[in-house]
Amino acid sequence: MATATFTSGRLPAAQRVATAATGEPAVVRWTLIGVAVFFLALFIFLPLAIVFSQAFAKGIGVYWASLHTPEALSAIRLTLLAAGIAVPLNLMFGVAAAWVIGKFEFVGKSLLITLIDLPFSVSPVVSGLIYVLLFGLQGLLGPWLARHDLQIIFAVPGIVLATIFVTFPFVARELIPLLQAQGQEEEEAAIALGASGWQTFFRVSLPNIKWGLLYGVILCNARAMGEFVAVSVVSGHIRGRTNTMPLHVEILYNEYQFAAAFAVASLLALLALVTLLAKTIVEWRARRQLAESALWNGEAA
Amino acid sequence: MAFTLKKRSNLPGFGLALGYTVLYLSLIVLIPLAATFLKASSLSWQQFWHIAASPRAVASYRLTFGASLIGALINLVFGVLVAWVLVRYSFPGKRLFDSLVDLPFALPTAVAGIALTTIYAPNGWLGRPLASIGIKAAYSPLGVAIALTFIGLPFVVRSVQPVLEDMDKELEEAAASLGASRWQTFSRVVLPTILPAALAGFAMAFARAVGEYGSVVFISGNMPMRTEITPLLIITKLDQYDYAGATAIAVVMLVFSLALLLPINLLQKWSGSRNEKAAELVPEGIGTQGLEV
Repeated sequence: MATATFTSGRLPAAQRVATAATGEPAVVRWTLIGVAVFFLALFIFLPLAIVFSQAFAKGIGVYWASLHTPEALSAIRLTLLAAGIAVPLNLMFGVAAAWVIGKFEFVGKSLLITLIDLPFSVSPVVSGLIYVLLFGLQGLLGPWLARHDLQIIFAVPGIVLATIFVTFPFVARELIPLLQAQGQEEEEAAIALGASGWQTFFRVSLPNIKWGLLYGVILCNARAMGEFVAVSVVSGHIRGRTNTMPLHVEILYNEYQFAAAFAVASLLALLALVTLLAKTIVEWRARRQLAESALWNGEAA
Repeated sequence: MAFTLKKRSNLPGFGLALGYTVLYLSLIVLIPLAATFLKASSLSWQQFWHIAASPRAVASYRLTFGASLIGALINLVFGVLVAWVLVRYSFPGKRLFDSLVDLPFALPTAVAGIALTTIYAPNGWLGRPLASIGIKAAYSPLGVAIALTFIGLPFVVRSVQPVLEDMDKELEEAAASLGASRWQTFSRVVLPTILPAALAGFAMAFARAVGEYGSVVFISGNMPMRTEITPLLIITKLDQYDYAGATAIAVVMLVFSLALLLPINLLQKWSGSRNEKAAELVPEGIGTQGLEV
């Protein structure tokens, strides 16, 4: 759902110059701007401001120290590990799924699209629960796993699985509309000129979708590092072993170590801001690429 | 057989890509989800009903759906307004505001949760003034609604924004030249155009809010029967090793989110077809045909 909002491919219909007929009086205009800014300030800026002000409330020394406890460091490591596994796997899946859906017509295509989107419609609590029900001790595969001394739930594999699940559709969702929109002519030309399938993909298709791909990866990574409850359900909260950064924030907060909790939270907030910045840059680049190719097509025609 | 199920194409990689897609989808999503329903089916109907319709569960549904509805309605109104302001007006800091609208998507929910709680707690920046006029924000249903408004904020804005950007001024100019007042133009021309997109955004914000946990659980106070949301009830049951109970409630939520998929898809299709129709009305070269991805 989050990615239904990728608007980089659009250009405004026209640069709008307000005229008397289609503009509003200045009073109305500034009132509306004022209300919108107030709403965004209340719900966006205030939470951001409180994260950083609380993080540094007890000084930079405490801030630094709370990021250097063994628990915090191990949480950071685990978060990086989970994202480092989940993002590449979902990237590979996303490219394969987008290739099939974007370039071919086949029976069951819309069902496939719906199924790919499924993880976005499932509550994250349920996303974690399904793995507990499958791999947990009382789960369907639990007894078998226990006999073979394999642990998935309350261990790192469970955390990685839950992370993969909640970030599952991100890359695919970005790429499907892009590959669809491009049609097949360029690839067919490449094949006709003797390129192999992989050459066609890497030399023709990939350059065309690189910004969308990058954007999907950025979103996927942000969610992978920030997921809270799906991971919480499968983690077991073993300190120093199965705590990710968001879980560490929760523990610190519930122990009334507010400065430390917000210090770790500030890293995650920073990640969110970097994500938004990257998104803005990618959108800008994609828009430029699009404008250039539109110009190119216009000349060709 | 194969070529009747798939249109002929000169491009390679169909079998490999489809096989990999379906395999990965089944392993990560479909089999675990099926296992949940399998587990739930081991409950008898009476047992299921006893858990799913227990007073505590019903109280949690009421809070979850009620607060989600309030949050989504607030976002419907303010989302349209924010989208309008971002598309139609220019003001200092507009680009910054535009980029930051997506913050609730990007900010980990646990961070949002502790930040909102700190703001609205009785000694917080906004909690204190609210408390002095007798309003309890954090640790009350109001706090739940505040958190759910936060996490649903981008949906309506991002759904309406592209429609407004693609809308051609000619329609409004025509309305104005035919004697419509600015308000009439807005309510009769602009509003119907953006309505499907706004409703799609509303439905998505609602669906997201119903499943939300991280941003709510800190601010809600988590009192059974009063401020306990449904996802938290699942967690509580899991912590007590009541897997059957957790599964029953989870199935209720799953069925609900699957049921919401259909109207959301329909609204998005409606919105899409309406925009295409609007684009057809505009002569070649003026609209954005050919530029849309």
